[in-house]
Amino acid sequence: MATRHSRSAARLMMAPAVILLLGWMLVPLTMTLYFSFKRYLPMRGDSLERGLDWVGFENYARFIGSSSFWPSVQATLLIVGGVLVITVILGILLAILLDQPFWGQGIVRILVIAPFFVMPTVSALVWKNMMMDPVNGMFAHLWRFFGAEPVSWMSDASVQSIILIVSWQWLPFATLILLTAIQSLDSEQLEAAEMDGAPVLARFFYIILPHLGRAITIVILIQTIFLLSIFAEIFVTTGGSFGTRTLTYLIFQRVVDSQNIGLGSAGGVYAIILANIVALFLMRIVGKNLDR
Amino acid sequence: MAFGTALRAPTALALGVFATAATAQDTTITIATVNNGDMIRMQGYTDLFTEQTGIGVEWVTLEENVLRQRVTTDITTNGGQFDIMTIGMYETPIWGANGWLVPLDDLSDEYEVDDILPAMRGGLSHDGTLYAAPFYGESSMVMYRTDLMEEAGLEMPEAPTWQFIREAAAAMDDPENDINGICLRGKPGWGEGGAFITVTANSFGARWFDEDWNAQFDTPEWNEALTFFVDLMNSYGPPGYATNGFNENLSLFQQGRCGMWIDATVAASFVTNPDDSTVADSVGFALAPNSEGVEKRSNWLWAWALAIPAGTQKEDAAQQFIEWATSKEYIELVAENEGWANVPPGARTSLYETPEYAEVPFAEMTLQSIDAADPTDPTVEPVPYVGIQFVAIPEFAGIATEVSQEFAEVYAGQQSVEQALENAQALTNDAMEAAGYR
Amino acid sequence: MARAVSTRRKIVTTAVAWAIGLLIFFPIYWTILTSFKTEAQAINNPPLFWGFDFTLENYAVVQERSDYMRFLWNSVVIAGGSTLIGILVAVPAAWSMAFVPSRRTKDILLWMLSTKMLPAVGVLYPISLIFVQFNLLDTRIGLTLVLMLINLPIIVWMLYTYFREIPVDILEAARMDGAGLRQEILYVLTPMAIPGIASTVLLNIILAWNEAFWTLTLTAANAAPLTAFIASYSSPEGLFYAKLSAASTMAIAPILILGWFSQKQLVRGLTFGAVK
Repeated sequence: MATRHSRSAARLMMAPAVILLLGWMLVPLTMTLYFSFKRYLPMRGDSLERGLDWVGFENYARFIGSSSFWPSVQATLLIVGGVLVITVILGILLAILLDQPFWGQGIVRILVIAPFFVMPTVSALVWKNMMMDPVNGMFAHLWRFFGAEPVSWMSDASVQSIILIVSWQWLPFATLILLTAIQSLDSEQLEAAEMDGAPVLARFFYIILPHLGRAITIVILIQTIFLLSIFAEIFVTTGGSFGTRTLTYLIFQRVVDSQNIGLGSAGGVYAIILANIVALFLMRIVGKNLDR
Repeated sequence: MAFGTALRAPTALALGVFATAATAQDTTITIATVNNGDMIRMQGYTDLFTEQTGIGVEWVTLEENVLRQRVTTDITTNGGQFDIMTIGMYETPIWGANGWLVPLDDLSDEYEVDDILPAMRGGLSHDGTLYAAPFYGESSMVMYRTDLMEEAGLEMPEAPTWQFIREAAAAMDDPENDINGICLRGKPGWGEGGAFITVTANSFGARWFDEDWNAQFDTPEWNEALTFFVDLMNSYGPPGYATNGFNENLSLFQQGRCGMWIDATVAASFVTNPDDSTVADSVGFALAPNSEGVEKRSNWLWAWALAIPAGTQKEDAAQQFIEWATSKEYIELVAENEGWANVPPGARTSLYETPEYAEVPFAEMTLQSIDAADPTDPTVEPVPYVGIQFVAIPEFAGIATEVSQEFAEVYAGQQSVEQALENAQALTNDAMEAAGYR
Repeated sequence: MARAVSTRRKIVTTAVAWAIGLLIFFPIYWTILTSFKTEAQAINNPPLFWGFDFTLENYAVVQERSDYMRFLWNSVVIAGGSTLIGILVAVPAAWSMAFVPSRRTKDILLWMLSTKMLPAVGVLYPISLIFVQFNLLDTRIGLTLVLMLINLPIIVWMLYTYFREIPVDILEAARMDGAGLRQEILYVLTPMAIPGIASTVLLNIILAWNEAFWTLTLTAANAAPLTAFIASYSSPEGLFYAKLSAASTMAIAPILILGWFSQKQLVRGLTFGAVK
């Protein structure tokens, strides 16, 4: 049991991190909240020095009343959900595969985790231009080789393209965590099941999958945190058109393109609320899993 | 401001410790610019400027969208990161009116400010004061393949109509040989497809706003313009044109895949450059089209210009650089080293009076196109705004980006013309209301 | 006990694994390959896998236009610095959470993670205004601080999960032997925590290296890292695939190499407590 002495020492040790994060959260958050109740159009000469007009909940009503709002929430959930499903499923399969003995394990593992090191801007640029360009992209060459009409990825399969790009970036992360989890699986248990003649699928569903539960939760939690705010991938590829305008991107358009800081700040508050709803779900699951 | 000080106290504690005063280097200026060919060429010559003046230059070269975001945030938050910003004809009058730019009203005599093309000077001024000096200027025009036109048995008039363009596109379209009748911008973004559809609409007699700032997308003119564009491109345009912007079309045209391309006049030097273009010696030029019976043509006016943000400590050095970079001497310097076809076009009258430059195949048509563009009278019916392919109000970039996204969904076959116009009408009016116009 | 695996099965596994590995790696391979082509060859139809004239010209052009070393150095300083400060702040916090947990520990941990959910664009103006106020724009220290704060929750959480795996018995034994808090941390905990800290450091360098919103928004010339370097090569006029590829290769090479060399540490450490 911890002594009182170590308790207060512990508090002291936690203090820097907590204070820093509290400041990092509270200061911008307070300002965002403040702006969200103000008319703040810098291009029209509004500025902090000159004072901003109070507009009540007008920005909030306008942001949510815009025809782009619900589609943007939908796009956000679709992209986050799509990436999660793909990375988790492929991650499990890849982890199982990489866990098997084969020649060149080390090299293949390096190849598989490489996308994780590529900065989002670069991977979006590379995918958009070198892979998905409808004229000079690798896919277009492939499609033509098989006699098919090249797909205009960024307009005809825009959401899928973004999900593909982002999944490519995050698959290594999921694979790594799941691989570590699989490696910790008691192989004798598996062997025993194999001896007993349990079919592959049964072994997977009754032994491997339950064991991975915790790892999967963690993959989902960490990735969701990062995925909710993906920006570079959309900015570089579609610029938010063709149904890829996520909530984050909508806020960007309000703040940067329209230069309406009040409206954008209200959007920021909505984004925080959405993130917290998602987080609440996650915390429920993770909280349970973390306790074990 | 009470809030400002309240905010300062805690953050001062958190950040004050680390804050370092920016070190002053009197002799080095920082310039934000776009990664277009002419600017990159200019970077190559900056050493000469430094030699002459002793002023060092730091370049921050960014892709256009990133540049816009970066300089806009900097100017509105008074960040003071740049001594010179590269901005366009859209930003200049708005920023100038807000007092964010240093007026360029005491330029030296040798600079000959009156030599700047009147259209450019007008577009970069607010209330008669020049706020940015044009590095290069452009209008838009038709670029076409003379060989394909001949094959098709047609002759391009100097001032074609949209109806003729359509006929020519039909005649030149040859999907089997990978040749599209026409390539036009469809890519979302106010400066990309947004600009193009706006000038097209102008040439069909449409306008963005009536005199009371009501959006006009519900008018038959807009419907006609958009329907014509979509129909033309669906029939004779390249597949996936909804994501084609300036660059994509440039590359298509250079690879010989377009019969015609209507776009910025600066593209002329790229498509006639044998190093990059496979069709360099068979390109003809004509004025941007209008619809039969409509007096306004679809040519725009744009300039990339250098401006000094107010509040910079290095105003003098910055002005010296601007005078150097946009001078006659700079043009001569480039002409000497890279040939007349590669000098920054569309900024100075004297350039078009230079005999050597008159021999450049696209010089004449570029000047004609620029002269034909009038930002103060862009549409058939009267409008409360200035600007041809844009509306010079701060809200426009945001609105037009969203409108162009709606239109791009039509180009991609994801919604109907009517649906897109209805959405555009609603979102424009909504945004104008938010900004307090209506 | 290792399972006896038939050679045939191993051959099949090897083939499948290699095929998938190469498929995933292909975009990076293709970028690196393209960076050695001329612009015309880069868009050749059919695509050229071999038989092109190997050229270093793109690298020369990129280097001439932008001083790579300066961007690289900024990236190194900012990524390294933010990670270092982050670790210094996070180790004590994670330690106390892991070994002196209270009822609220988990709430604090989850709250920390939730600060990461604030979308960056939503606070673009607040942060920019604060930076202007304190003259932090375009300084390495400002950017280092922001990246440290962004990644701090992840650092704390990763460390926390490691520390929790350290058996408490050892600590108690040390305490019995009369070790103070300082000795406890220095001689008992640190050696055991090194692998965990190492992989935390690695992950955070990667995250900081790749951050592309604040690094672009808050810098101009002095503190601009490689993310800004890339922004000058994306979609210029004319043909650009080869130059973009060269710039991309230059931007990702250092972190790719670091990642590969430290692959074992990263793999070992990247568990986030997933293994129990």
